Amino acid sequence: MGELLINNTGVPVLAYQLVSLIMFFAGIYGFFTRRNLMMILISVELILNAADINFAVFNRYLYPGEMEGMFFALFTIAIAACETAVAIAIIINVYRNFGNAEVDNLKKMKG
Amino acid sequence: MTEQIIFYLLAIVVTVFSILAVTSKRIVRSATYLLFVLLATAGLYMLLGYYFLFAVQVSVYAGGIMVLFIMAIFLTHKPGNNVSIKQGWRVRLSLLLSVAGLLLCGEIILNNTIGIVRFAGKEEPTMQQIGTAMLGTGKQQYLLSFEMMSILLLACIVGAILIARKTKTEKNEPNETEL
Amino acid sequence: MEYTLMILLLPLVSFVLLGLSGNKLSHKTSGMIGTGSLLMVALLSFYAAGEYFTTQKVDAIFQTLVPLNVPWLNMGANLHIDMGILLDPLSVMMLVVISTVSLMVHIYSLGYMKGEKGFQRYYAFLSLFTFSMLGLVLSTNIFQMYIFWELVGVSSYLLIGFYYTKPSAVAAAKKAFIVTRFADMFFLIGILVLSYYTQTFDFGTLTSGNGAVFQQAISTQFLGASALVWAMALIFIGGAGKSAMFPLHIWLPDAMEGPTPVSALIHAATMVVAGVYLVARLFPVYVLFTPQVLEGIAYVGAFTSMFAAVIAIVQTDIKRVLAFSTISQIGFMMVALGVSKFDGHEGLGYMASLFHLFTHAMFKALLFLGAGSVIHAVHSNEMENMGGLRKKMPITHLTFLTACLAIAGIPPFSGFFSKDEILSATYQYNTGLGIWMTLVAGLTAFYMFRLYYSIFWGKEKQHAHPLHESPKSMTFPLIFLAIPTLLGGFIPFGQLVTADRAPYTIHMDWLVAVISVVVALEAIFIASKLYQHPKKPATVPSGLKGFHKAASHRFYVDEVYLFVTKKILFNGISRAFAWFDRHVVDGFINGLATATDWFSIRIRGFQSGEIAWYAWVFLFGTLLITVLILFI
Repeated sequence: MGELLINNTGVPVLAYQLVSLIMFFAGIYGFFTRRNLMMILISVELILNAADINFAVFNRYLYPGEMEGMFFALFTIAIAACETAVAIAIIINVYRNFGNAEVDNLKKMKG
Repeated sequence: MTEQIIFYLLAIVVTVFSILAVTSKRIVRSATYLLFVLLATAGLYMLLGYYFLFAVQVSVYAGGIMVLFIMAIFLTHKPGNNVSIKQGWRVRLSLLLSVAGLLLCGEIILNNTIGIVRFAGKEEPTMQQIGTAMLGTGKQQYLLSFEMMSILLLACIVGAILIARKTKTEKNEPNETEL
Repeated sequence: MEYTLMILLLPLVSFVLLGLSGNKLSHKTSGMIGTGSLLMVALLSFYAAGEYFTTQKVDAIFQTLVPLNVPWLNMGANLHIDMGILLDPLSVMMLVVISTVSLMVHIYSLGYMKGEKGFQRYYAFLSLFTFSMLGLVLSTNIFQMYIFWELVGVSSYLLIGFYYTKPSAVAAAKKAFIVTRFADMFFLIGILVLSYYTQTFDFGTLTSGNGAVFQQAISTQFLGASALVWAMALIFIGGAGKSAMFPLHIWLPDAMEGPTPVSALIHAATMVVAGVYLVARLFPVYVLFTPQVLEGIAYVGAFTSMFAAVIAIVQTDIKRVLAFSTISQIGFMMVALGVSKFDGHEGLGYMASLFHLFTHAMFKALLFLGAGSVIHAVHSNEMENMGGLRKKMPITHLTFLTACLAIAGIPPFSGFFSKDEILSATYQYNTGLGIWMTLVAGLTAFYMFRLYYSIFWGKEKQHAHPLHESPKSMTFPLIFLAIPTLLGGFIPFGQLVTADRAPYTIHMDWLVAVISVVVALEAIFIASKLYQHPKKPATVPSGLKGFHKAASHRFYVDEVYLFVTKKILFNGISRAFAWFDRHVVDGFINGLATATDWFSIRIRGFQSGEIAWYAWVFLFGTLLITVLILFI
């Protein structure tokens, strides 16, 4: 395990992968377990961030001469910003209607 | 060697604070932990040599989005209240699935990335390159996506205003909690 | 002669116009639209008849004209349904009959139906009926004829049930529709069998007398008879249903629930002779290839005419008397067709039948309209409420008498000539049948004069309001129809409509004529003794009491039908089917529903509306698929 994480040429890709993996599943865990909409949004941000790291890392390690991964990460960040803005608007609306921001209020989705 | 030490420091920060962010009972603390995670991620970008990405991450995420978060939390959260977590069996089930997924993906990554350890230098893309790529129309240039993104942002601003706006009828209607 | 298309289209246009916008029009306007279009149709028909009979004669034989024929449905290499117009002596003669009677009924209804609710609807239906009937006689092929045949059925249903608030009218309409529809089912089967073996619907091909067309149909045997015999017999059953032949006659007396002009139009002149028209149209096939079916037709007709005449004697409702009289007279026409041969002097019966169809349409329409006039004045259908009307209603009286003399067969009225031809044809065929039909003719004279004396002679009855002659719009048709009733017999019919299209000079068979006139006069004499100045109510001889009772119950045919349908069909067969339907068919469907219900209650939890739970399931599935792909 040691030489997988530390070798002479620097940090191996696997190390980055593990970091983003843990971040990703932490986000998923939060998404499943939290009730507050803001907490769910935080979890979603974690998931997105984990994906961003992956883009950048693969770009750097596999195709260092090109920039696709980096641009993907850039655009993902922009999308995350949009998504956050809309989501927060919705959450505020939910709060205004129900007096709190709990996801259980939104069971009206049920047919 | 310095690089590796920095990386592991950042990795520990990311790991610990992500887990704390999703398990903390206080929502403001969660947001703060998220901020740390985002900043550490920015550090990882810098370590990879993507300075522009680092700048964007810090300014957009850690700057813009976090401010929005904090404001929204203050708007929708009554001070002193802890945010509840779901019932026990749901938590256990979620934990189980998350760990299972972690192990599965870890297994896949272990099997598939063992050979890829070469680190082909740190030629960071210059700002000129990035600008040309972002505003060009040729191969591997992203003007279309860029413009799409700007339209998306605009739509998003309009949408957010529209959704969050207070309508007159809403004021008059009794809200459902009162019923 | 393409303008004949207008004859078809005008009533259709009038129907659509009145049907769609009738409520917005005043009674007067809608009546004028209907009558105006019919006037045009009648003028066109007369013109067409005049042109046809004067110009379309080649080598002394009338040619068949097809001014219009459009392929409509292609059903295979050879079989296709066309829509077209066929002109030959038969259809042109029918055109004249239908448009004349229909026009008279339209005019008459202006007075008779005045102020009725649904006046516009009434005229719309009349137009529809006229359209379908004209379409029926102008059809170039048997399938087009079937389409119009059904349209006639529908529109007669609508007209009989015109007073739809009256339960008896609704029941009568339903009965008429179901009985004729039942017969039409056989008609359709007959058409399908015929066209399957002959590969054609076209009347021109079918009636060309060419045996090759029927080769296959004749050679195919089924239950002891050839397919052609079956087909033609089934087609005749369809005709028998529309023409109210025994035992499918039960709808006609009940159909008198409709307005009286409708009875005149449908049940005297047009729809009920559709069966006769059908047999006449396919006459070459019947006479050349299936003489046994034709013989059957003759006997059905003979029995029906006697049967209906006997019942007519004891009916007290004047419209019912006329209804049974119609059945009896149509029996005459069927007999005449049945005993006819194809060409020359042998084809007398065919000519006589259509001659009688023509004259009967005129005098029976006159009788019905006259009866309508009486009913309009008296407000009752029952004979016992009438009497002594001859002074109050002179025009109705005289025209009614004309028609009665015509139907009784007194010279020189039109009925004498046509009935005499039928009787001669029957005597040629079989003396026994001839005597039988002469007796029926005598009965006809008797019951008609019983009716006549009961209405117009005898003691005057008390009425709620003073009696008066009907308005001009009603008396004009009576007078108009009295003209062909008086003079129709002098039309040289043999020159115009014959089986083989060649002109035929009518020779009076003086012996037959004298016998039938003597019998008719004798019957009238007895009737006048009994009913002209009844001192006491006519009593029934004791030996005939049972017979009288049976006859006044129409020989219990309706009861037999009811027994068969209610007791046997509904109770026996239908109950079994109902059980099967409720328990097996419905049970299966209910079972499906129950299973779905059971299952959905159990899977309802999946649709909880909780996003986290959805995401959980999604991720679980994703991981599961990944595991499956990677490790299995």
